[in-house]
Amino acid sequence: MNNVFVYCELEGAKVADVSLELLTKGRKLANELGVSLECLCIGHNLDGVEKQVLPFGVDKVHVFDAEGLFPYTSLPHTSAVVNLFKEEKPQICLMGATVIGRDLGPRVSSALHSGLTADCTQLEIGSFDMKVKEDGQMVDKHYENQLYQIRPAFGGSIIATIVNPEHRPQMATVRDGVMKKEILDPNYKGEVVRHDVAKYVPATDYIVKVIDRHVEAAKNNLKGAPIIVAGGYGVGSKEGFDKLFELAKELHAEVGASRAAVDAGWVDHDRQIGQTGVTVRPKLYIACGISGQIQHIAGMQDSSMIISINSDPEAPINKIADYVITGTVEEVVPKMIKYYKKNSK
Amino acid sequence: MGYKIIVLAKQVPDTRNVGPDAMTPEGTVNRAALPAVFNPEDLNALEQALRIKDAHPGSTITMITMGLPKATDVLREGLFRGVDNTVLLTDRALGGADTLATSYTLAQGIKKVGDYDIILCGRQAIDGDTAQVGPQVAEKLGLTQITYTEEIIKIEGKTITAKRHIDGGVETVEAPLPLVVTVNGSAAPCRTRNAKLTMKFKKAKPAPEIAALTDDGEKAFYAARPYLTITQWGAADIDADPAQIGKAGSPTNVKAVKSIVFTAKESKSFTASDEDIDNLMAELIGSNTIG
Repeated sequence: MNNVFVYCELEGAKVADVSLELLTKGRKLANELGVSLECLCIGHNLDGVEKQVLPFGVDKVHVFDAEGLFPYTSLPHTSAVVNLFKEEKPQICLMGATVIGRDLGPRVSSALHSGLTADCTQLEIGSFDMKVKEDGQMVDKHYENQLYQIRPAFGGSIIATIVNPEHRPQMATVRDGVMKKEILDPNYKGEVVRHDVAKYVPATDYIVKVIDRHVEAAKNNLKGAPIIVAGGYGVGSKEGFDKLFELAKELHAEVGASRAAVDAGWVDHDRQIGQTGVTVRPKLYIACGISGQIQHIAGMQDSSMIISINSDPEAPINKIADYVITGTVEEVVPKMIKYYKKNSK
Repeated sequence: MGYKIIVLAKQVPDTRNVGPDAMTPEGTVNRAALPAVFNPEDLNALEQALRIKDAHPGSTITMITMGLPKATDVLREGLFRGVDNTVLLTDRALGGADTLATSYTLAQGIKKVGDYDIILCGRQAIDGDTAQVGPQVAEKLGLTQITYTEEIIKIEGKTITAKRHIDGGVETVEAPLPLVVTVNGSAAPCRTRNAKLTMKFKKAKPAPEIAALTDDGEKAFYAARPYLTITQWGAADIDADPAQIGKAGSPTNVKAVKSIVFTAKESKSFTASDEDIDNLMAELIGSNTIG
């Protein structure tokens, strides 16, 4: 009762990175609250799945293993989560802001009438007073140990802290790479509970058939790249991005992009960096023609070194840059390539 | 065989043009300060609906929007493209709703419309990017869902086949009707307005505005053209439980909103001159940051 739960996403029997990142965060939140960390693994052929999650400090693993639970479909997974939560009454539930998490989370929150905040970039525990209506009167009420769900909102000009003090569980989704994945103890001891799936999931839930499915390994390695050359609206065109790819090739870097550049169709969606894309922490981040909306900054601010190339000396991103080059991408990038070709070892 | 299709559409502030007055001090969206547009992915959903109607003569499309009276703009845009019926859900009591209260309201509106085979909407709206309303509407109605849909491949009898995006790939799924389908922005773009329909529907108005007309000529004009009446419902019309709508029905609260102030780092500035770029690159190579 009252514990922190993480829904673990599975591809076959492999737990997704984003779920392990959330277990790491969940462990910290549970410690702060003095409660246990529990997780759900829902899929098929999951013998030994606990070995992947226990090292992150999980006290109890709830396994739902049955044919029909992989690949994911909405109704059976919703029933397993909702019916377990009715028994366990968690105070917090975290899910990846992935296709699955964003398909499942809203259904669970609707069924339990609990609040859900999408794409959080920070999660904290805090206490506060808030005006609430009681018997028709507005009164100040004190709330202890609440989950602060923090996310950039609305065009990126603000950071909003969302709370749902009157409803449980407090639910949040978080994108891949936002939280850090850290093993707590390779020999951490936790309990494994194998549930009788039929008790939680009615047979009538298995109505969507996955008739064809292709999953490919990621085409780029943005998350692991030590150097990233990222382009924004200031790159100006698809052809402009060719120059960025050329610089990236020279530097053995990956190419990333801001949402504006992705929306303009200059570069693939899977290269988007920021709150609604990938979060990266490279040793060098070269921002080319990126103004620096908060959603973008949220995804790259932990880079060790940032170079900003921008024709606008007042671009917000310049404030967090170590090196600021005032000039157009078109002009500066070819010069960088030229110098590097001539002088690299 | 014709299908009864419902399309949920939202009028959204255009977050591509956000100014400093975009938020109220309470942290809710100051919609008045922003240009309002048809939520882009709802247009993709509308196109899928129109394609079903094209492929299955006898199908009808009902478009529902919840919002301020100004949101009739999106309903008219629907009529201009081939939507048959329109419903505006508007009421002061609906204000301040989070995704859950919004979903409840829309689900109540859908129940009042009654008969449906497919409910379509965009994957998410650009003012929140949450992607929560589609699945929550489905849950409230006890329906299954196909989210992140790229294309409805076919509908045969009571079975729909659709291609959808998943992380790192695509899958094709088969599901029984009725259900909720949410459509991605990368799906087929919506067709443009039809000139004839635009002429026909450009004067469409919500029923209360027509009832309030005083000019006899105008009254007669609308009386003779019932198709120009947009249905308008408030909270009472859809039997909404006051505890589940608006601010009261929203579990999430915005506790704090702060503007972003970047802590300025000490940065080195360079111009775009050959000499400056050469110096910077030499420094990066010298420090083994690159190379």
